[in-house]
Amino acid sequence: MKTYFRELSVAAALGVVLLALAVFAPAFYQPQPLLSLLTREAPTLVVACGMALVIISRQIDISVGSQFSVCSVCAGLLAARGWPIYLVLPASAACGAFLGAINGALVAGLRLPSIVVTLATMVTLRQGLNLVRQGEFVNLPDGIQWLGLGQTAGQWLIVLTALGLLVAFGLALRHLAAGRLVYAIGSDAEAARLAGLRPQLSTFLVFVLLGALTGLAALLNVAQSPQVQPLSGSGLELKVIAAVVVGGVAISGGRGNLWGAFAGLLLLACVAPALTHLHVEAYWEKAIQGAIILLAVVADGLRSRKGGHR
Amino acid sequence: MSSPLLALSQLTKSFGGARALRGVNFDLQAGEVHALLGENGAGKSTLIKIVTGAHQPDGGTITVAGQIVAGLTPAAAHALGIACIYQQPALFPDLTVAENIALRLEAGSALRRVDWPARRARAHDLLARIGASIAPTAEVRTLSMPEQQLVEIACALGAGARIVIMDEPTASLTHQEQHLLYAVVRDLRAHGVGVIYISHRLEEIFMLADRVTVLRDGQSVGTHPVDTLTEAALIRLMVGREMTQIYPPAESVPGDTLLTVCDVGCAASGVHHVSFDVRAGEIFGLGGLVGAGRTELARVLFGLTPADSGEITLAGRRLSLGSPQEAIAHGLAYVPEDRRRHGVVLDLPIAHNVTMAIHRPLFPTTWLRFGAERSLALEFIRDLAVKCAGPAAPVGSLSGGNQQKVALARWLATKPRLLILDEPTQGVDVGAKGEIHRLIRRLAKEGLAVILISSDLPEVLGMSDRIGVMAGGTLTAILPGHSDAHTVMAAALGTPEKGAA
Repeated sequence: MKTYFRELSVAAALGVVLLALAVFAPAFYQPQPLLSLLTREAPTLVVACGMALVIISRQIDISVGSQFSVCSVCAGLLAARGWPIYLVLPASAACGAFLGAINGALVAGLRLPSIVVTLATMVTLRQGLNLVRQGEFVNLPDGIQWLGLGQTAGQWLIVLTALGLLVAFGLALRHLAAGRLVYAIGSDAEAARLAGLRPQLSTFLVFVLLGALTGLAALLNVAQSPQVQPLSGSGLELKVIAAVVVGGVAISGGRGNLWGAFAGLLLLACVAPALTHLHVEAYWEKAIQGAIILLAVVADGLRSRKGGHR
Repeated sequence: MSSPLLALSQLTKSFGGARALRGVNFDLQAGEVHALLGENGAGKSTLIKIVTGAHQPDGGTITVAGQIVAGLTPAAAHALGIACIYQQPALFPDLTVAENIALRLEAGSALRRVDWPARRARAHDLLARIGASIAPTAEVRTLSMPEQQLVEIACALGAGARIVIMDEPTASLTHQEQHLLYAVVRDLRAHGVGVIYISHRLEEIFMLADRVTVLRDGQSVGTHPVDTLTEAALIRLMVGREMTQIYPPAESVPGDTLLTVCDVGCAASGVHHVSFDVRAGEIFGLGGLVGAGRTELARVLFGLTPADSGEITLAGRRLSLGSPQEAIAHGLAYVPEDRRRHGVVLDLPIAHNVTMAIHRPLFPTTWLRFGAERSLALEFIRDLAVKCAGPAAPVGSLSGGNQQKVALARWLATKPRLLILDEPTQGVDVGAKGEIHRLIRRLAKEGLAVILISSDLPEVLGMSDRIGVMAGGTLTAILPGHSDAHTVMAAALGTPEKGAA
């Protein structure tokens, strides 16, 4: 109970928001808009799963937005050439994994700080994509939007895929030795090395995993519209990192889990619809999201000052 | 005698429910070295923090030079001439010595013009006063730990400190450096400064201190002139019980040769031409001064910095150790020094720490078996008498001695054949130290070969079946156990250049 206090308090905050909406704006709970909301957030959730792993291992990746854009365009171009969805999907994930591997190799192999490495790849990928595509949209053939299903079925499939990945990674993080390793290297990489574990390899693989998940997420996003925007991923990194941090993953590594990140993501995602339903001007959305992030960070700061053993 | 420099009367302090101090009386005269002694957790750190103004006492009075001081803050303590030299110097590594000293001592506006020659001259004078040959223009990052401590002492002197607190100042110093520090302490005393000296090393206290106050369980149990006490009496005061033997006797006869190291070297870490062997059930002590290459040798044996020459043979099989994974697979275990940073992961629970090196055998399917992990951890907690709330307690919540036991448990869990212990009792209180010594003896009796690296000379002498002495990156002598301190020290000081040819 005490161990998960941080996660539970985010869940409680989410519960309060949902309850307030139930009382003051029951219209929020109409099934179709709710499903649309979840579908829109599904790609972010998939990226957040990977980002949580990266942050728990005391790294960060701010290039996910650019990776997302590159994967989206690649997936779109392959689909436009007539590749079927079941081939575009692994191709998109592989493209992401490759981009993640570049980050991972630079961070783990050369031991460079991840914030600088991923800042560089963020800019390089984004500008490279601009140069090659000149901002052109990719029109998608039939059979890609909604993954070739009807809209409702497609939306369900997207949401369930994201939730399935969340559960799989959430359980793996707690129940696999590899998950334990992520916490160990985030807490103390040198201690892990002296215990015969391989922190550099793990760090590399965590970046590859985040890339692959970003590629998957890109496809889940591409499948929601008839064409691919060239910069669909811009700003994604901030959204994802915010969700993960609000959910109680310590930016200093070694602490947190995916359930908290999920609750954090939903809490931030609920702000916009809640404002609409409560007839508050939409300008407040970013300010309120910012306040939530600040609150989470301050709470973590106070907590580590009080309970820290250093 | 005039009124004391510092007098503490009936100090009490609680943190939450825990009573850290339960009535401490202490006084410090000018020109006195007053040792403060106690097991870890006896309240020494809390007492220092109160005297330096970091914590406020709940009750009792602090009198500085006859004046009762209330609401002491760090700045006020500084103004009263109270300075504290910590074990880990708190200097700025990227600034020069002169800049570090100036930061502490120069007052004035942030926009004033800096008089660089005067700044350097002052640093030079202060360092000269304590006999330190450190260039004021050197960056602090290039200094050794003892040199940094000397800079700290220079700062304290420059600030006109009348009361200097030294918290385990010699913990990471070599023998020579220790003697340099002793000279500085005696010099301070001669200049009328009062020194509060905290150390786990009893021989230091007998050598340096005038009086000693023992803290036990947050209370002062007595202040005595040092020359009226014996070592055994002092230990009895600290632990409140008679300790019959400081080091447990050897109970076993070493068996067959397990590890043979032949002419091993590693250019990257400065280890060269090392040859020795260790037998099963034997405790092989590695003595020498700090910086002699003992930890570097351990890292070579454990595959962290692989050897680039020579041969390592374990039970007749030649090993080429390129990584810790291979070393572990061959039954080697290495409990590193500096356990807070590398021996254990403070944020993780005891159970996770215990199983960290045995993920593969314990979780063959990679699926974690929490039940098995928990019962293994409980077994070690019981076996090693780890004082803790349970296997789920984070290691950071334990005392130093118990953290060390967890670090040991991690490696005993790998069922090693050779255990390398690097400073296993550094910063551990006397009671836990004895427990760790008995444990090492027991492991040797069970047939484990142990390499014991320690800067605590009596520990090496008292625990080892044989003693290897290192100097300048190589082994200079292998002596029988129970050698006298003088022989070992002589070997440690003789720096042979012959191996480099």
